[in-house]
Amino acid sequence: MGLDFTVLPKFIDQLLLGSMWTVAITVSAAVLSFFGGIFLAVVVLYAPKLVSLPFRVFSWLFMGTPLLLQLFLIYFGLIELGVDLPAFVAGVIGLGLHFAVYNSDIIQAGIKAVDTGQYEGARTLGLSKLQTLRKVVVPQAVRAVVPPIGNNMIALLKDSALVSVIGVTELTLSSQLAISKTFRPFEFYLAAAACYYVINLGLEAGLRRIERRIQTAR
Amino acid sequence: MSKPFVDIRHAAKKFGELEVLHDISMQIGKGEIVAIIGPSGSGKSTLLRAINDLDPLSSGEVWLEDMQVNKALPPRQYEKHINQVRQDIGMVFQHFNLFPHLTVRGNITLAPKMLKGISDAEANALAEEQLKRVGLLERIDYYPSQLSGGQKQRVAIARALAMKPKVMLFDEATSALDPELVEEVNQVMKQLAEEHMTMIIVTHEMGFAESVCDRVVFMDGGYVVEEGPPEVLFRNPSHERTRNFLRKHLQGQS
Repeated sequence: MGLDFTVLPKFIDQLLLGSMWTVAITVSAAVLSFFGGIFLAVVVLYAPKLVSLPFRVFSWLFMGTPLLLQLFLIYFGLIELGVDLPAFVAGVIGLGLHFAVYNSDIIQAGIKAVDTGQYEGARTLGLSKLQTLRKVVVPQAVRAVVPPIGNNMIALLKDSALVSVIGVTELTLSSQLAISKTFRPFEFYLAAAACYYVINLGLEAGLRRIERRIQTAR
Repeated sequence: MSKPFVDIRHAAKKFGELEVLHDISMQIGKGEIVAIIGPSGSGKSTLLRAINDLDPLSSGEVWLEDMQVNKALPPRQYEKHINQVRQDIGMVFQHFNLFPHLTVRGNITLAPKMLKGISDAEANALAEEQLKRVGLLERIDYYPSQLSGGQKQRVAIARALAMKPKVMLFDEATSALDPELVEEVNQVMKQLAEEHMTMIIVTHEMGFAESVCDRVVFMDGGYVVEEGPPEVLFRNPSHERTRNFLRKHLQGQS
């Protein structure tokens, strides 16, 4: 028996719906990981040691354990504590926090790379420490690290396949469901891979546009 | 001299064992223009940066009118106090320190909008007014990366002026510029001098100091060696160290 791609059209709606869920999860988690990353970076670098300690511990835990396990803990584990999150929300929180930790590392490096003259320029105008961070330092740091953060977002898109294990019918789970009805794994996994690839192309195009837009403003 | 406008009293600064400022006192009157010259490492930039407490003194006081700049306060109160005082002290740096992620307009309006609570329209009018002063109104929507060094420094001056400071500090404002761009910045500073802005200028440009300043202070090794009107200090210095410095410097320039 050879490959038979004629089974695909019947399930095309299902795959497209799965793709939409993948995009929805990726975008939501990306936004959470971006702003979460900025927040973590600023707290770790500037908050008093005692305030930043829980956030440092949180970072170590999220960097040192598998994302898959984190998703299980957030979705199944929290139920025991009486927190019953919808699978989509649990997936977004898991992915978002996991990548926030990675983004935070990159943004910290970006903040440290901002020239001291920028602080002096802002402080001599009378801006407070917090105003200087918010309006001068962080915006520059984030612009400088858009390329590596973009790479993280591409990794996030691909890792979003993991939320299939907590029952979000995104692209990977959609293709698995199709396979369970047709027993055609190769065809559907290939089709899913093609969908991921196309979504990725869109994401990369978006990232390139952002990079071009901030080029003069650096 | 009448009551001093900027009053530096027994300023001293140590970095560990190294004493970079030795008990310096200096009074500057309202509208006076003072140049501080001296070899590198003489402490002239450190002294200038002590005036707005960017480099805090080890001991001594800095006063602006009736306000002590480097008041000893608990951290939170000090932060409020110094942010208030610095609004009155404009500073221009060797490397401009413009904000690269903001346009010229954004650079100038940022602090007035955040600190003086003025509207966008008022801030825009302010930016246009200050840019006219430095002759760069047509560059208002450019980013710093699109400007020449001289233009960047003129924008930096406009940014400082937009806070309506009582005194302007210049820390080697033309040292990082290509020679052909120095003059346009000097022109702006001359114009400020004619408007009787109080200015304290750390500079390597003796010609400029001589033509614009009311008084020249020569520093070496953390001491004020001598000071006086430019025609006296440049033409007829009384200290050997001043003569040596000027001789070396004038040789280097010709």
